[in-house]
Amino acid sequence: MPYALCFLLFMIGLYCAVVKKNMVKIVIGITVMEYAVNLFLIMLGYRFGGVAPIMEKDTLESGMQQFLNTSVDPLPQALVLTAIVISLGSLALMISICIRTYEKYGTFDITEIRRLKG
Amino acid sequence: MIGLLPAFIALPLAVAFLLPLFGKKGKDAATIVANIVTVSLLVLAVVAVFYGQYGIYEIGKWSIPLGINLVLDGLSSFMLLAIGVVAAAAMLFSVRYMEQYTAKSKYLSLFLLMVAGMNGVVLSGDIFNLFVFLEIASLASYALVGFGCEHEELEASFKYMVLGSIASIFILFSIGLVYGNTGTLNMAFISRAIQESGMNVGLAFALSLFIAGFGLKAALVPFHAWLPDAHPSAPAPISAMLSGVLIKALGVYALARVVFNVFGVSVPLGWTLVTLGVLSMVIGVFLAVGQWDMKRLLAYHSISQMGYVVMGIGLGALIFARGGSSVWASLAILGGLFHLVNHAVFKSLLFLMSGSVEMATGTRQLKQLGGLGTVMPATRAVSFVASASIAGVPPFNGFWSKLILVVSAVGAGFYGLAGVTVIVSLVTLISFLKIQRYAFLGELPENLQDVKENKGTMLYAMIFLACLCILMGLLVLIPGLREAVLEPAVDVLTNGLDYSANVIEKSQEMIL
Repeated sequence: MPYALCFLLFMIGLYCAVVKKNMVKIVIGITVMEYAVNLFLIMLGYRFGGVAPIMEKDTLESGMQQFLNTSVDPLPQALVLTAIVISLGSLALMISICIRTYEKYGTFDITEIRRLKG
Repeated sequence: MIGLLPAFIALPLAVAFLLPLFGKKGKDAATIVANIVTVSLLVLAVVAVFYGQYGIYEIGKWSIPLGINLVLDGLSSFMLLAIGVVAAAAMLFSVRYMEQYTAKSKYLSLFLLMVAGMNGVVLSGDIFNLFVFLEIASLASYALVGFGCEHEELEASFKYMVLGSIASIFILFSIGLVYGNTGTLNMAFISRAIQESGMNVGLAFALSLFIAGFGLKAALVPFHAWLPDAHPSAPAPISAMLSGVLIKALGVYALARVVFNVFGVSVPLGWTLVTLGVLSMVIGVFLAVGQWDMKRLLAYHSISQMGYVVMGIGLGALIFARGGSSVWASLAILGGLFHLVNHAVFKSLLFLMSGSVEMATGTRQLKQLGGLGTVMPATRAVSFVASASIAGVPPFNGFWSKLILVVSAVGAGFYGLAGVTVIVSLVTLISFLKIQRYAFLGELPENLQDVKENKGTMLYAMIFLACLCILMGLLVLIPGLREAVLEPAVDVLTNGLDYSANVIEKSQEMIL
């Protein structure tokens, strides 16, 4: 069920990026898609009632098997941190291109920004 | 050699961040440093090609699958060579060409970032790391497409960026799916897990997302909408880089690596690749013939020529998956890969030529040009060599790779594909006759009477690539060169699933 909602979020973002006419809304759509993917990655490693994947003295006492059964997977979190940094970079670049385009054309409407054709 | 592998990524990455410090006054010093970097990367790539073995570098000595590894095999070193050649030539061309723009050191820095990203993509043995490098190269290329900051450039850059970001998100999503299904991110281990457990729905969905994502990056029809806007809008040396190597390293190379080495080939997959390839070939070339903007015409030809590469690789996959003759399959893959590197050389030469014409005359509309053959004889000569190469006129390099593709298609019984290949090649010839006719022959217009040939580094860069166009036929004709350069790359794809065994075995040797 959470995966279905995550996929729905992804599709909402894709719809927004593909259908909307306003450049800023397209950027928002792409950001929503990115967040949906980040959420998906986090959910891959999540586990209800999980513990942090850190070995402590108690962990050794309560048994290795239980630690393996309850700890969450730390790798997707590392991936998501990297993905967030990358999406920050691309978001900054996209917004700055939007601003420069607005300075040139005076509009955010992509149906009016049409000098290239063929 | 293995110890030098990180240098392919670290050297351009480090210099890229140092260059903006030179500022406006140190522009010439920055240019020299950037050129030294690209030339030394080319030298390193040549060394890597003739090293000729599997090489694995484990970052921080963490053995896989815990750590990240860089893998140098035949295909990686082959791609490194293509990137090195085009980057060195484009950088040499930029020395004079980029004087028209302000902020040259920022340009150089973005250029080197793009090179670092591409080298990272072809060397990485870890699929998430591949994504990170792919994003580095893509972000640099979005910025470079919009580098002129004029109306058209910004529009093209935005369009490219939206589609490129969607492609990246698809790729990240499928990496998540692959991780969820196999529990590892190392490509060798993913491949082993898939071979053990077989495909399931999640992996099949991931594979289709990979094809869509890398297909968008490679601008295969029907994912090609951004390319004809983005490539002409960039400064000429960047168009040469984008068309020459970026769409190959980020698109075709990554696609081939994932399809052949990670997931393994199958009949539907082979048909998908062949269909994408044929569609790109045919639609790209027919859209190209009608163009009057020289760079736009060249950009449409990039789509069409990438179709040849994907068709060759897909045909190989198809023959393998059907259990057909491995001779024809490896010949088809050889043709595809050889066309890839040929296209890198002649298409970057064509874009540099168009930049030279644009700088001299101030326009790239074919209708406003004419008679340049008399005032720009050197540019005319290189454009003739490049046009003959792309159209497949013997003895230039494009002829040999197209010949191999046609022979392998006929040999394997795909007569229709062979016919399409020949027809597309003829249409290509027509559209390049058009460039020759309108730009270099005929009357010189009044306003272009005082046009002069571009001298210096721009010319050297073009002559370097033109010599390669003439000589590269030797890569298949001389057996020694073929065995050193092309065959290791073909072997990586023909023995696709051995990749994981090779990498894992090699890394276990290193532990012992």
